[in-house]
Amino acid sequence: MQLALQVGQTAQPEAIMFWILAPMAVLAALGMLLVKKAVHSAILMAFVMIVLAIFYIAQDAVFLGIVQVVVYTGAVMMLFLFILMLVGVDSSDSLTETIRGLRPIAITAAIGFGGLLVSLLGRATIGRNAVGLSAANADGNVQALAQLLFSTYVWPFEVVSALLITAALGAMVLAHHHNTQERPTQRQLSINRFRGESLGSAAGLPGPGVYARHNAVDVPALLPDGTPAPTSVNASLDARGDMLDYKKFDLAEINTKVEEEK
Amino acid sequence: MNAANYLYVSALLFTIGAVGVVVRRNAIVVFMCIELMLNAANLSFVTFSRINGDLNGQVMAFFTMVVAACEVVVGLAIIVTIYRSRRSASVDDASLLKR
Repeated sequence: MQLALQVGQTAQPEAIMFWILAPMAVLAALGMLLVKKAVHSAILMAFVMIVLAIFYIAQDAVFLGIVQVVVYTGAVMMLFLFILMLVGVDSSDSLTETIRGLRPIAITAAIGFGGLLVSLLGRATIGRNAVGLSAANADGNVQALAQLLFSTYVWPFEVVSALLITAALGAMVLAHHHNTQERPTQRQLSINRFRGESLGSAAGLPGPGVYARHNAVDVPALLPDGTPAPTSVNASLDARGDMLDYKKFDLAEINTKVEEEK
Repeated sequence: MNAANYLYVSALLFTIGAVGVVVRRNAIVVFMCIELMLNAANLSFVTFSRINGDLNGQVMAFFTMVVAACEVVVGLAIIVTIYRSRRSASVDDASLLKR
């Protein structure tokens, strides 16, 4: 039987490395799809990247292997995790399908596509035996790559550098945002406090829990007449519904009888 | 072991990445799947470079990495911009043209 791409056999240690790492890489990639949290996906992704770096080094692409570790597991995954922390967890992390029937169709198409690729590779022959890189890498992998990069590929190399600069500028432009209104200065804030509708907040807003039975941040302060002061609790806590009920802290409901200590 | 086995792994990783792009909703995970596809292509480049004894494939993989890095930078900036205006990183929520 004609084997795929009569490549010649690789050394035994490489085969062992391959048969251990390749299934792990494929499983990690599958896990990337199946885990719910984006952070877990990122960690599995980093694992796949490291395995690929090992594959590169095993295939005489030492420079690319190191670049893979530095660029992907270093810079790119760091960027991904950074953005994940910035964006946080939201509903899009869930695995429920929003378009009906999307998942079976996607999986069927994937099996078809993957089967096509694999069977194509299985049937292809390259027409000659594998050469290996020992001749090309005779002067060292980095030297040989540099020779190519700065002679044949010097023009694409320069174009790519322009692309990198453009991408950096583009990211800066996208990340920059204008304030729609001017930020009030401290002087302006002070004037607003004293010339506002009432002087009630001139000395600052009351802290949460003042004069109440608890001093947690979600407990509104009590005013001198016993009514709660909603301004004493952070507005976002109120919006989230995490503020405790005012009623419990009304003066009328507080048992004013002092129990004697024994 | 046949060196073409690396090509099978590459094909599998590419397919998995493609499924992820279609199935997942979180834009960041979709992006990671695109990265996976690019890396799978890189693995093919490196393997073919070894099979042919020619370093041009490795140079190509190097260029792919540079372009992928640019793509990540701009793409994540876009995701952050969308998140800032819509408070969501879901690819389903950015459907302004549909309505």
